[in-house]
Amino acid sequence: MSADTPWRGRAALLATLVGALALSACATTGSAGDTASASGGAKEEGKLVAKRESEGVFPSTYKPYPNVATAIRGATVYDGKGGVIEGGVVFMAGGKIVAMGGPDTPIPADIAVFEGKGKFVTPGIIDIHSHLGDYPSPGVEAHADGNEATAPTTPEVWAEHSVWPQDPGFSRALANGGVTALQILPGSANLMGGRSVTLKNVPSRTMQGMKFPGAPYSLKMACGENPKRVYGSRGRMPSTRMGNLAVNRETWLAAIDYANDKDAKRDLGKETLVGVLKGEILIQNHCYRADEMALVLDMAKEMGYRVAAFHHAVEAYKIGDLLRDNGVCSAIWADWYGFKMESYDGILENAAFLQREGACVVIHSDDANDIQRLNQEAAKAQAAGLRLGIDIPDATVIQWITLNAAKAMGIDRMTGSLEIGKMADVVLWNGDPLSVYSRPEKVWIDGALMFDALNPKMRPVSDFELGQPGEGDVK
Amino acid sequence: MKRLLALAVSGLALAAAPALAQDVTITNARLVLGDGSEPIAGGTVVVQAGKVVYAGPEARTGQGNAAVIDARGAWVTPGLFATVTTLGLADVSAVDESNDITAGGTPFSAALDAATAINPTSQHILVHKAAGITRAATATLPSGSIFAGQGAIIDLDGDAQPVVQARAFQMINLGEGGAAEAGGSRAAAHALLRAALREAQALVGKNAIPQTTAIDKGDAVLLSRFDAEALVPVVTGRQKLYVAVDRMADIRAVLALKQEYPKLDLVLVGATEGWLVASDIAAAGVPVIANGLVDLPETFEQLGATQSNAGRLARAGVKVAINASTMQNPRRLQQVAGNLVALTRMPGATGMEWGRAFAAISSVPAEISGMGGKAGVLKPGALGDVVIWTGDPLEVGSVPTRVFIDGREQDLTNHQTRLRDRYIDLDESDRPKAYDW
Repeated sequence: MSADTPWRGRAALLATLVGALALSACATTGSAGDTASASGGAKEEGKLVAKRESEGVFPSTYKPYPNVATAIRGATVYDGKGGVIEGGVVFMAGGKIVAMGGPDTPIPADIAVFEGKGKFVTPGIIDIHSHLGDYPSPGVEAHADGNEATAPTTPEVWAEHSVWPQDPGFSRALANGGVTALQILPGSANLMGGRSVTLKNVPSRTMQGMKFPGAPYSLKMACGENPKRVYGSRGRMPSTRMGNLAVNRETWLAAIDYANDKDAKRDLGKETLVGVLKGEILIQNHCYRADEMALVLDMAKEMGYRVAAFHHAVEAYKIGDLLRDNGVCSAIWADWYGFKMESYDGILENAAFLQREGACVVIHSDDANDIQRLNQEAAKAQAAGLRLGIDIPDATVIQWITLNAAKAMGIDRMTGSLEIGKMADVVLWNGDPLSVYSRPEKVWIDGALMFDALNPKMRPVSDFELGQPGEGDVK
Repeated sequence: MKRLLALAVSGLALAAAPALAQDVTITNARLVLGDGSEPIAGGTVVVQAGKVVYAGPEARTGQGNAAVIDARGAWVTPGLFATVTTLGLADVSAVDESNDITAGGTPFSAALDAATAINPTSQHILVHKAAGITRAATATLPSGSIFAGQGAIIDLDGDAQPVVQARAFQMINLGEGGAAEAGGSRAAAHALLRAALREAQALVGKNAIPQTTAIDKGDAVLLSRFDAEALVPVVTGRQKLYVAVDRMADIRAVLALKQEYPKLDLVLVGATEGWLVASDIAAAGVPVIANGLVDLPETFEQLGATQSNAGRLARAGVKVAINASTMQNPRRLQQVAGNLVALTRMPGATGMEWGRAFAAISSVPAEISGMGGKAGVLKPGALGDVVIWTGDPLEVGSVPTRVFIDGREQDLTNHQTRLRDRYIDLDESDRPKAYDW
């Protein structure tokens, strides 16, 4: 089930969680980060001061797992940035890509070498739009932690505080989808749903053990039907699309005032908004219709921020030129359409038409099932273009689910492509990843082998699955 | 033409003169019969008067003025058969006004008849025809009781007579969903089912004279006397009973119903944990419309979920079709079947060989739907539903180039193709896009 169903997230008011945040989170503004009268973060005698965000709050504790120097040779290698090497070599050591190239690329002696003949290598697949952990399996009411649907703007909530690391969905995304990094977003009930978190797709006892070191935050925003329905049905603003824009603009104006007020009391929501206005926090904007995306782009110019990606964007193909000129990615499905009014004009050619215009394409899932097959979804979108003579190379299609996603998430300097010095997030496929008949055979994250289809003990099993029917089964 | 046109639509037949069925011969095909066999190179299929008269390896020519199409080696298959769907019952599922899939406010449940509500020119029907689906089982879903109502078999040609067989099956939910509808527990669902079947049994042979009063709770009617009458064909085995269940224990409980009601013609729908009781299902001879790629414990009744479910059931001897209702939309049937083929290459997994996987979205669902030998298969006497594809029909990205239903070539235009054609470029230098059509 898609998490584009804000009613799924009728979470009870998390009063205690919000209270805890107020004590622990900190400002990004550098000027309004005080809870008491102390300044500069220094602890004065008798004063209580919360840590600043820049000092590290909820910091990642992820460390690459032990890995051995490994090479894959003889495979078809898609580098994630549009290149392909036949019979290529990928060499990883110390968690990084150390070398890659053609068949004559030297491979040191005494390292693990996998014969890749007939197989394919890609960077780890990246999903820019997931709700794993926030809407985990089993999808019971008690687990519906993805929408703080109690106010139309909740920029103060952080998706990472809802992530349940025992969600079995993480392991399916790894084993069947080759997903090595993913962005967990709040849902779309709210105009401003809260901060996202980017995770390494490694099993962990804590969210912090998955948190992608150095990944920027994003703020999830939502256009259209969901916010106006959720709040309009409660007799409060917004109940219309014009109401959506009005509430957004008022909220941005208040954030600008906050940023300019040296004496303002700390405000978690506004700290996030100011982070966006300063370019430190990205915007991931759920938006289906072309006309609404155009409105959002003008609102962003009015307030002084940038949109990294429009998510779902089923009508992006109508404004590929505008999206290209504004440097905005479209994170889209291949074939979802017609399930809600604003998805009525979904077509299979969306990605291909965007590519034709030179706009940035990302294929996303928003779904615990589709995240296991982003490669297949991308292939569908590619085929739709080819039928119209829009011939998009395989290597470019792989870029839609690797480097383009990483760029729109702000992690492209670290991962998303196979380049020397980048994280060794690598998938070895047992065949062409753009074919329905292929599956990941091995997946490395930071050079550590985290899934091996040939070794049953290398299938992660979450705590929830222990002692249950099918524990450790192929899934 | 609807040779299997059933009771309910006789009135509709007056609405439009049936178009003449066409003859068509397709040669030089990579021919898939749909019966589980592997593709035939250089195959030929001959359709006359809307029926298949030949499908096989030899090159034969059609008779009379039949159009002859050289497929030039392209894949040619029977039309896909999608089950269970809601095609034709909603324009936009989240737009309530357009949605006839559920009816939480009605006092009726089992009496609901999907055939009365099918919109043959629904965009979903047109879009799915363009995806190679030519026939479908379509049904309302449970919304006020454990009984969903009576599903129909439809064709997707968009003409005035979509219903091939009305009231082909009754569908109920006996898992978590049914428990919720029945008042809150599985025990309540089973009690309601037994009460309903007992009432239906009492009506058998009495010309459906109402003998029962409604079973209700508060303002909610769980079973009206009209619903009880609608269950007479179920209890007498003249109408199939599709039972949606996932948990191993729930499946066992369904199979046990046969001991109390021996005439029930049962079909399991979903059966996520079916692999855990595969031999029992096989022994009972109950077919399964199985979830194909569900591999998450999305509910507590799906803890054992694995993509190998369908393959393991088939290996145990169960007749297995792929359930269209658990995918984003039924046009993903081909992708799901292709993934089952992919599993054959994965250590520890159980998938299906190509021919069996294709059959699971063509002839097998047709057989389960009572259209064995008629739909989802190319053999003499079958309906002339034939699809020519751009490539391997189980590969993502393959789509039909031509679709024939009852031997008549179909127009594959729909809202999506028109949008595609309009936005083939963004040039508005002369006039806005609204003039481009």
